[in-house]
Amino acid sequence: MKRYAPYVILLVLALLPFLGLSTYMMHIIILMIMWAVIGMAWNLLGGYCGQVSFGHAAFFGVGAYTAGIIYSKLGVSAWWGLPLSVLVVAVEGVIIGFICLRLRGPFFALATLAMGEVLRVTAENLRNFTQGTLGILIKERTWVEKIWYYYIILAIAVLSYLVVKKIIESKLGYYFVAIREDQDAAESLGINTTLYKTIALVISAVLTGLAGAFYTNYMGYIDPEVVFALHDISIITIMIVMVGGVATYWGPAVGAGIMVLLAEWIRSLPRIGTAHQTLFGILLILIIIFLPNGIVGDFSKIKKALGMRRKLDTTT
Amino acid sequence: MTPLLEIKNVSRFFGGLAAVMDVSFQVNQGEIVGLIGPNGAGKTTLFNVINGFYKPSKGDVFFKGKRISGLKPHQICRLGIARTFQVVKPLQRMTVLDNVVASAYLRAKSKKEAVSKAIDILHFTDLYEERDKLSKGLPLGMRKRLEIARALATEPEMLLLDESFAGLNPAELDRSIEIIKKIRESGITILIIEHHMKVIMSISDRIVVLNYGEKIAEGTPEEVGNNPLVIEAYLGEAASA
Repeated sequence: MKRYAPYVILLVLALLPFLGLSTYMMHIIILMIMWAVIGMAWNLLGGYCGQVSFGHAAFFGVGAYTAGIIYSKLGVSAWWGLPLSVLVVAVEGVIIGFICLRLRGPFFALATLAMGEVLRVTAENLRNFTQGTLGILIKERTWVEKIWYYYIILAIAVLSYLVVKKIIESKLGYYFVAIREDQDAAESLGINTTLYKTIALVISAVLTGLAGAFYTNYMGYIDPEVVFALHDISIITIMIVMVGGVATYWGPAVGAGIMVLLAEWIRSLPRIGTAHQTLFGILLILIIIFLPNGIVGDFSKIKKALGMRRKLDTTT
Repeated sequence: MTPLLEIKNVSRFFGGLAAVMDVSFQVNQGEIVGLIGPNGAGKTTLFNVINGFYKPSKGDVFFKGKRISGLKPHQICRLGIARTFQVVKPLQRMTVLDNVVASAYLRAKSKKEAVSKAIDILHFTDLYEERDKLSKGLPLGMRKRLEIARALATEPEMLLLDESFAGLNPAELDRSIEIIKKIRESGITILIIEHHMKVIMSISDRIVVLNYGEKIAEGTPEEVGNNPLVIEAYLGEAASA
């Protein structure tokens, strides 16, 4: 039964647009899937390989700007940004990896955080190239309806899921987890930790960059404040994985669903809507205390808690 | 015949402190060589130099006639030197089997090969029953054996064992000694750090003694056991007088 679950989920997702959902609902679902992609990408590096990045906006932003710049400078369709971003972000990943991966633990996290910010400031100031804070506007929308965007991001998500699953079940996966658990032990067991950390980072970066290139096409407008955002991209990415479940296949997707819904809901609340960052912070603290392995990772714990409740109900 | 491992005038300084000072010795193919000395004598530092975690401040390490000092630990492991850690470093959130599979991948071409090799080694080290447990929850004796299993999975020619017997109860001790003897029979050369005198005296072919970073004696267990310098290092001057 469990073996068929991914196929059932895929079938449901493939048929979802025929349910006649409103444009707004489709928008929310597209965002959820996009965030699931970023979450899965982050999870490969942060969850499995143990290298916690606070700067995934660096890859999202460069992916987004790859699509934006080929459109604004070369007049090519921004959709070419998808394949091109793979190349650009892979190179970026190697460079950032070279700089940051010589650091361990919190120092790596801080270095990546700095990288994201450096790229944001760079994008704001390279006005001839990026049009600075004016941003890049894609004037022609490819489609009016959401359905094609939906299928494109769904395809990217399925691809990301398969890539992550394939990697984790292979030699690379064993090596990533070994590095996460103990870098010195891994190194002394013949694992070239620098090389494999770089591989994890580059794959993670490329998938994130793909989501960024999609974002440009989908939203039709990007500026550095949005696509290189520290809290709205880098931190939210970590939250999604923490909430859903670190180092689980489905955690990022579950986390993305919950976080996008929560964000929309909280923003719509009167007065406290503007404080959604604060509420996210509180949520994160609660998750760390009660579900340190996330919703998917601690699912048995949740089920048990709910089961207990039910038993109590029947006795009273 | 070139020795399997040759340590030549190796020194390692930490700031002004000489943790290892001008140490030279050789380990020949098929031997078990014990490395002993009081706490802080520089034994583990010497292991870290051989294994590539530290570069020697002076001197060189040769393996099969090839200079290995300056190489990274993973390169040295690939050449055929595996080690265990005194403070065990299990890959905690991996099962016992996966711990060993991760190291077996060094020389295995497929997952199937890595897993079957790992299972063989778990049988060899008496850990097969525990294969599905997370290594986090294992008792110390088993974690020490898991260290050995993981090192063996890289198919080394030489094994560096750092206090694999410390903290074991008598039953576990006998089991581990059996395993060490079996490892030697399979043709792997062993350099072993040990505080447990009974063990080291019974299994070593030769013993090297370090004190304050310097080599003070080398020889067969009997020679070392009767060496006044060694007795002094362990028991103090009064006892030797």
